Amino acid sequence: MDLRLAAARHAASAGRAKGIYAMDIGLGHYLSVGAILFAVGMAGIFLNRKNVIVILMSIELMLLSVNINFVAFSQFLGDLTGQVFAFMVLTVAAAEAAIGLAILVAYFRNRGDISVDDANLMKN
Amino acid sequence: MTLLADLGALLPEIALVIGAVALLTYGVFQGEESRDDLVSILCVGLLLGAVALVASTGGAAAAAFDGAFRIDAFSQFSKAIIFGAAAFAILMSADASPTGALKRFEYPVLIVLASVGMSLMVSANDLIALYMSIETQSLALYVLAAFNRDSRRSTEAGLKYFVLGALSSGLLLYGASLVYGFAGSTSFPAIAAVATGPAASPGLVVGLVFVICGLAFKVSAAPFHMWTPDVYEGAPTPVTAFFAAAPKVAAMALFARALVGAFPEAVADWRPVIAMIAVASMAVGSVSAIVQTNIKRLLAYSSIGHMGFALVGLAAGTEDGVAGVLIYMSIYVVMTVGSFACVLMMRRQGGRTENISDLSGLATTDKGLALILGVLLFSLAGVPPTGGFFGKLFVFAAAVETGMIWLAVVGVLMSAIAAFYYLRIVKIIWFDDAAPAFLREGGARLGLIASLAAALMLPGLLFLIAPLQAAANTAAASLF
Repeated sequence: MDLRLAAARHAASAGRAKGIYAMDIGLGHYLSVGAILFAVGMAGIFLNRKNVIVILMSIELMLLSVNINFVAFSQFLGDLTGQVFAFMVLTVAAAEAAIGLAILVAYFRNRGDISVDDANLMKN
Repeated sequence: MTLLADLGALLPEIALVIGAVALLTYGVFQGEESRDDLVSILCVGLLLGAVALVASTGGAAAAAFDGAFRIDAFSQFSKAIIFGAAAFAILMSADASPTGALKRFEYPVLIVLASVGMSLMVSANDLIALYMSIETQSLALYVLAAFNRDSRRSTEAGLKYFVLGALSSGLLLYGASLVYGFAGSTSFPAIAAVATGPAASPGLVVGLVFVICGLAFKVSAAPFHMWTPDVYEGAPTPVTAFFAAAPKVAAMALFARALVGAFPEAVADWRPVIAMIAVASMAVGSVSAIVQTNIKRLLAYSSIGHMGFALVGLAAGTEDGVAGVLIYMSIYVVMTVGSFACVLMMRRQGGRTENISDLSGLATTDKGLALILGVLLFSLAGVPPTGGFFGKLFVFAAAVETGMIWLAVVGVLMSAIAAFYYLRIVKIIWFDDAAPAFLREGGARLGLIASLAAALMLPGLLFLIAPLQAAANTAAASLF
């Protein structure tokens, strides 16, 4: 692990010496991507007013952003548990999508549309 | 530990899964016509058998699957309540829907599968086990909420539950990834060894807060409660009765194990968060319920409030606090099952009614039901000497012992506000002009369940509170 890192650093500095821009991709970068994707997914759930399918996509995005976190941590800790967790999450995400779409189909049959704004049968 | 010992430790769950799959196969081969009660009765039998299996193992602590699951007095106590509540939910449903929507054989099987998830939740001792068991439970519950698939309200409730449930799972999972990354392990004891305070790792605290948010969704504590009233109102009433009972116990037990098991040294980090969630839940539950006209919606806000009271015990973070949470949840389950049995008995020609005004003058048309509902409402309000009072007593005592007197004072004030709307219903039942009487036929089993709950809450608990407290203390001790 240390050797590989050292080799990567060496390659990067060699690149810089030749004037080619190169950057070390560290844990922080992966976590930032994960956090941004997670935020985008969450925003998609709350800001979207049109279509429930978009909400399902946002949920998938959140779960996948978590997977980036898990795999990045797993790599940097040198521990396989994180990757096992990521596989579990993938499986559950598939099951969740199946059930979500099934409920959506039942909903569509009753209502004739899947607009978020119209899901307001129950109010205070 | 050998594979056989691992499987033996999870015998109740394995038996339930095999039974559920067998019943599902039976139902499929019977086809659409199999509208008899056989599958329901066998599911109740399975659940009661699981209670017996859980009871027979006693409280000996054991770990299964490399420490992913932990079987101890705490998990056994919670499992017994969960399986019992699920069995009563099936019994109530069979009686409650003579016309058919809930007569399909998948319904009791889904309840059994959800119970398996809940049972794994209370045993989970690892982040992977925690997430997988929560999803096992949730996926079954989403389907149950939308089970009456020809009803617009039911499918809308299912959709809302699904979206917000998935959102909460996402939050929980994001927290879990941070906890894993900064602790270096997913196992609770290993996390506990690293999480020794805010100075140890800020990343761990951020992860912990995300996990708490996700779990607060699952117990429907404010400010993560917004799905509860809609789902409770829209879902078929027997399903709502189930939602309000067993999953709440499982989620609360999981909450306690996750915090006490994985973050025992970081109690100063999570105590204020839990205390704020508790105060918010008590406030939302007490104040918003006042304006409700639908009894299911009112009970939804009531359950939000009750989760707040239970969280007061968890905020204490001590052995007494966790014991208080367990006592509170067991009493809460009995009250909830009883009051939903009463709601299910509100039937008129042409269907079930859900308005509080339909209870008007119930005392003149049906004295028995009025009496039972009255006792249950007094208990929900926490009026001594009913069961609800003892539940609150133990959690508030635990909060005072840890020096959080302010939290106990807020709790007492909130329960005084909550008492207003419970007693308003009592007033509507006993002193308002009589509305047309409810139908009586077919409600015998519901009546029995409701009166059993009322009997447990008023005279029964005076004798049962000592053994309940002893069992809860043993259970809580096994967690520390």
